Amino acid sequence: MLETKIEKTVGKLNFTPKQFLRDFGIIFAFLLLIVVLSSLNSNFLEYNNIINVVRQVAINGLLAIGMTYVILTGGIDLSVGSILAFSGVVSASLVTGDSELPVLLAVLVGIMAGSILGFINGFIIARFNVAAFVATLAMMSIARGLTMVYSNGNPISGLSDGFKFIGGGELIGIPIPVIILFIVFVLGAFILQKTRFGRYVYAVGGNETSARVSGIKVNRVKIAVYTISGMLSGLAGVVLSARVTAGLPQAGTAYELDAIAAVVIGGTSLVGGRGRLWGTIIGVLIIGVLSNGLDLLNVSSYFQMIVKGIIIIAAVLFDSKVNKG
Amino acid sequence: MSEFLELKGIAKSFGDVQVLNDVNVRFNKGEVHALMGENGAGKSTMMKILTGIHMPTSGEIFLKGESLKIKNPREALSKGISMIHQELSSIKDLSIAENIFLGREPVKYGFIDYKEMFKKTEEVLNSIGVALNPKTKIRDLKVSDMQMVEICKAISYDAEIIIMDEPTSAITDREVEKLFGVIRDLKDNGKSIIYISHKMKEIYDICDVITVLRDGDIVATKPTTEVSNNELISMMVGRELEDVFPDKNNVVGEPILSIKNFSKQSMFNDINFEVRKGEILGIAGLMGAGRTEVVESIFGLHKLDEGEIQVNNKTIQINGPWDAIGKGIALVTEDRKEQGLALCRSVKENISISSLASIDKYGVLDRSIENEKVNDYIKALRIKLHSKNQEAGQLSGGNQQKIVLAKWLMTSPSILILDEPTRGIDIGAKSEIYKLMVEFANKGFAIIMISSELPEILGMSDRVLVFSNGEKTGELTREEANQEKIMEYATANLR
Ligand SMILES: Nc1ncnc2c1ncn2[C@@H]1O[C@H](COP(=O)(O)OP(=O)(O)OP(=O)(O)O)[C@@H](O)[C@H]1O
Ligand SMILES: [Mg+2]
Repeated sequence: MLETKIEKTVGKLNFTPKQFLRDFGIIFAFLLLIVVLSSLNSNFLEYNNIINVVRQVAINGLLAIGMTYVILTGGIDLSVGSILAFSGVVSASLVTGDSELPVLLAVLVGIMAGSILGFINGFIIARFNVAAFVATLAMMSIARGLTMVYSNGNPISGLSDGFKFIGGGELIGIPIPVIILFIVFVLGAFILQKTRFGRYVYAVGGNETSARVSGIKVNRVKIAVYTISGMLSGLAGVVLSARVTAGLPQAGTAYELDAIAAVVIGGTSLVGGRGRLWGTIIGVLIIGVLSNGLDLLNVSSYFQMIVKGIIIIAAVLFDSKVNKG
Repeated sequence: MSEFLELKGIAKSFGDVQVLNDVNVRFNKGEVHALMGENGAGKSTMMKILTGIHMPTSGEIFLKGESLKIKNPREALSKGISMIHQELSSIKDLSIAENIFLGREPVKYGFIDYKEMFKKTEEVLNSIGVALNPKTKIRDLKVSDMQMVEICKAISYDAEIIIMDEPTSAITDREVEKLFGVIRDLKDNGKSIIYISHKMKEIYDICDVITVLRDGDIVATKPTTEVSNNELISMMVGRELEDVFPDKNNVVGEPILSIKNFSKQSMFNDINFEVRKGEILGIAGLMGAGRTEVVESIFGLHKLDEGEIQVNNKTIQINGPWDAIGKGIALVTEDRKEQGLALCRSVKENISISSLASIDKYGVLDRSIENEKVNDYIKALRIKLHSKNQEAGQLSGGNQQKIVLAKWLMTSPSILILDEPTRGIDIGAKSEIYKLMVEFANKGFAIIMISSELPEILGMSDRVLVFSNGEKTGELTREEANQEKIMEYATANLR
C-alpha cells in the first residue's frame, strides 16, 4: 500500500524537462498571454470582462469537449456547427407562443436532436467504414438543410423567460452557461480518465486494430463518441439560442473550426490516442482570451483570423517538436 | 583486420533513464560482429546512435580514425552506414520499388523515372534471390516478404557498414539461408556487418566476433570460436541457466476445445483438431502455412466459410474477440505493432485493456486493483521498464512482446493461444515464459502454441500438429515428433 503510494508520487514527479513542457507548456503559454494582454490593456482583468470572456467561450467549450472525444479516437466531426443550429432552432421553437413546453423538456428535446444526428454520424462511420471527414461533412450539409427547412430560414424569437435564463441567467454571480460548461467538463474528464469507456476511447485512437483484437467493440466506441459530440453540440445550440434569445438558423457557421483549433492547441493529437480534456479547455480559453484581448485593443476581426491561424500552427509545431524522441 | 568503426565512451540517457553507460567497442572491416544481450540491454539504442536516430549523451564515434557526429539517418547513409530496423518500417501504401528508393528516386526530365526504378529494384531483389514484383504494394506482402524487402533496401545503399537488428525474427529458414549467403558475400567484399539476434544458432553460424551488452555496459568482446554457448548465456543473463526448457509434468485430460471442418477460401481448408485440458499443443509449419489465420478465426477475427467450434463438447458461436475473451480464450498475436499494442499509451493501459471488465464497478475503474495486477505481471514476466506509466513504444522490442503476453495472461483465460510467443525475446526470458506455460497447463488449462522454431515446438509440445499450405498435414505425439518428420509434413503440400 505504502509502496504504491510512494511510487505514485515519485512517478508523478519524475518528469523529464521535455515531458514537463509537453504536459504543462500550454498553461505557461496561456498565463503569458494573460500577462501580455493585461499589460496592454488595463480593462482586461476586470471582473466584467472576465465574465464576458468565459460567457463567450462556453459555447466553443461544449463543442470542443465533444470534439476531443472524437479526435482522441482518430476521427473528426465537421458537423458540430450545423447540429448546434438545428438543436438551437428546434428547442427555441418549443418555447414560443402557444406551443410553449416546459423549459426542461425543450432543452432535452434539443439535446436529443443533437444526439440523434451524432449517432447517425457514428453509425455511418463505424458500420459502413466511411471516412469521418466525409460522413460529418455530409452531416454538416444535412443538418444545416434540416434547420432551414424546419425554420423556413427565419429566426425564431419570443422565447420564454425560463428558457432565456439558461443563456443569460446567473447563479451566485456565475453565468449559467459557464456552470454548464464546468459540469460537462468535470463529467467529461472523469469519464475519460476514470472509466472503462474512457480507456477504450484512447485505445481505439492509439491503435484501432489492436483495440479490436483486445476485445473492444470498436464500432460501439466510435458510435458513442460521435453521439457524445452531437449531444454536446445540441446542448451548445440550446445555450446559444437562450443567450441570443432566438433560434438562429444561420448560427454556428464555421464553429467546427474553433472547436478543432481548441483541441489541437490543447495538445490532442489529430491521429488519435493522445491528449487531455483540460488541455482542450485551456485551448478554448486561449482562443477566447485572445479574441477578447484583441477586441479590446481594437484589432480588426480580419487580423484576428490571421493571428488565430498562426497560433494553431505554432501549437502543432510545438507539439511535434516536443513529442519527438 | 583493420579497425574501422569505433565507439568511445558512448553514453545515452532518455531523461533520467540511463540506457548506455560507457560503451567502448570496435567494429572491423570484413567482419560479422554479433551484438548480444537481454531485452532492454541497449542494443537497438546503441545502433540508433550509429544511424543518427538518437544523439549520444556523451562519447565519440570514430570512422576510419576520424571523429564523427551523426545527426540524422541521411547523414549516416552518406557516411556509409545503413540499418535494418527491428520493427518493420516500410510505408505500406507504397510499392516495393518506391520503398527501396524512397528519397533517392531515379529522376529523368524532372520526373521520377519509374521504368528505371522498377528495373533497379528487380536487380536488387534478384541479387538476394527474392522473386517479387517491384510494383507490388507493401501492404499486399506476407510479413516475411516485407522483412526481405527491408533487407534489400538496407543492402541497396551499398553501405560500408550494415546493421541488422533482429533481421530474421519474421522470415523462414529458407530466407535465412539467402540472407546468410548475402552476408557472406558482403563480408568477402570487405563490408562490416553488425548483427543483432536472440537466436544462438545464427550467431554461431555467421558471426566472427561477439560483443555482449548487459544493462548498458559492455560485458566482453570475444571471437565466436572462443565462447561456448553456456558461457555466452551466462555473460548475457549474469547467471548460469541450466535448461531452457523446464521439466514438463503437466497432465493431459479431457478435450476442452475442438475445431471441426474449419475452412476459409484462400486461407485454410478443412482443418480439424482438438486441444485438451492441461495440454500444450504445438502447431508447426512454415510461415504462411495458414496457422495464424486458423487461430485468428477461432478468436473471431475472420468469418469462416465453414466450420464449427466446440468448447467442453458444446458447439459455440464466437462473434468477435470480445466474445472469445468472454469464453475464456486468449490470443497472443504474432505482430505486436499492428495487433498487439497501442504504442502511444502507457504500459499499464496496454496490459489491463482486455481485463477492464473485471476491475470496474459500474464502469468506473478500480485503480488500486489495476495497479496491483499490472505490477504482478510486470514482475512475473520481468518486464524491463522505468515506470508502468511509460509509453509502451519506449520499451525495447522484447519487452513490448512481454506486454502483449501480460495483457492476455491478465484476462485469466482457460485456453491460451500463443502465436510465436518468444519472437524477439532473450534466452533468459524465454525460459521464464516456458516455465509460465507449464505452470498454466498444470492448472488444467490448455495452450495452443504456434511456433516456427523447431526446438521450441519439440521442447514444449505434448502433441504437434503440422500445417502446410493451409492444410493440416500431420499430427505427432511428443514421442514421435522430431525435426525430420515435422519438416516432411511441413513441406508436404509444396511442390
Ligand atoms: N525513447 C525512449 N525513451 C525512454 N526509454 C527508452 C527509449 N528508447 C529505449 N528506451 C529504454 O532503453 C532500454 C534499452 O532499449 P533497447 O531498445 O536498446 O533494448 P534492446 O537491447 O534492443 O532490447 P531487445 O532485445 O528487446 O530489442 C530499454 O529499457 C528501453 O526502455
Ligand atoms: Mg532491440
